[in-house]
Amino acid sequence: MRLLHTFMLLILLALSSAAQAGIEVRDFDNPEQREVYDKLMYELRCLVCQNENLAASNADLAKDLRDEVYEMLTQKKLSEAEIKKFLVDRYGDFVLYKPPVKKSTALLWAGPFILLLLGFVILFFVLRHNRRQPKVKLDNNKHDEIKKLLESEDK
Amino acid sequence: MIRYLPLGGFVILLALLYFGLGNDPRNIPSPLVGKPVPVFSLPELYDPAKKVGSETMKGKVWMLSVWASWCVSCRAEHAVVSQFVKDTQLDVMGLNYKDESPDAKAWLSQFGNPYSLVAVDADGLVGIDSGVYGVPESYLVDKKGIIRHKFTGPINQKIVDDTLKPLVQTLRGETAS
Repeated sequence: MRLLHTFMLLILLALSSAAQAGIEVRDFDNPEQREVYDKLMYELRCLVCQNENLAASNADLAKDLRDEVYEMLTQKKLSEAEIKKFLVDRYGDFVLYKPPVKKSTALLWAGPFILLLLGFVILFFVLRHNRRQPKVKLDNNKHDEIKKLLESEDK
Repeated sequence: MIRYLPLGGFVILLALLYFGLGNDPRNIPSPLVGKPVPVFSLPELYDPAKKVGSETMKGKVWMLSVWASWCVSCRAEHAVVSQFVKDTQLDVMGLNYKDESPDAKAWLSQFGNPYSLVAVDADGLVGIDSGVYGVPESYLVDKKGIIRHKFTGPINQKIVDDTLKPLVQTLRGETAS
């Protein structure tokens, strides 16, 4: 039992350190710098594990990129836009989680609205189609006939 | 007619998804193609006092090959790259990315050394500057020092025959100035 407890404790310890490995302890000159750093960590993509941002990723490259961004921010005093440009120049737009609006991404940005519009067009035609269906006019004889049929069903 | 619309939409979706399967998510178009190769100057693996870099290869067609002894796919492409270098007599500079020099040397003596020079990028900074995100990566550079092609991942025979060899021919035919 004791052994089991030790074992479980070890596992928990291992997990907690893994969870922390993503973010290093950083010192900043001012709070604004920290804000920019944190923002960039969430907006930049790790290119190795492509569905993680730099903040979440444990990959070696992500750590290097975090160091690089930190250095650019605190040593070279680059602005947020300059850092983004530096990385986009090397890794392409893919490094940004939120792709910029430009010619090659136009379909990506406009796509949902085009689909929505398409949906409305289809809806319009479906509704018009249904309205054009001739309404069946019933005279009294037919009414009685239907009533009879329905009642016979009940029995 | 209108009742077939959902079916049509479904078929289009299916086709899109099917083509999506064939795409390699690692194959990100590099913005560096068409741009000058990043300027760097690093110690040489066998002669650390000597600095080698983009200047060393100026004026000729060459390839920058990013590799490491810890990288399994580098081992996979090694034989193909070696044969390619032998066939074309291409100058290839190895960029030993985030590696230990003794390991790198052992690796080269075990598998053979196709590189004319090996630059040691121990902390991976030149790697970041060159947009490296998955070793192995290969950059084909023309006589003016412009990156003309980038390949991410292990090079195979098909890529050598279809892309690299014809491109080396073309680049060699160009003038340096």
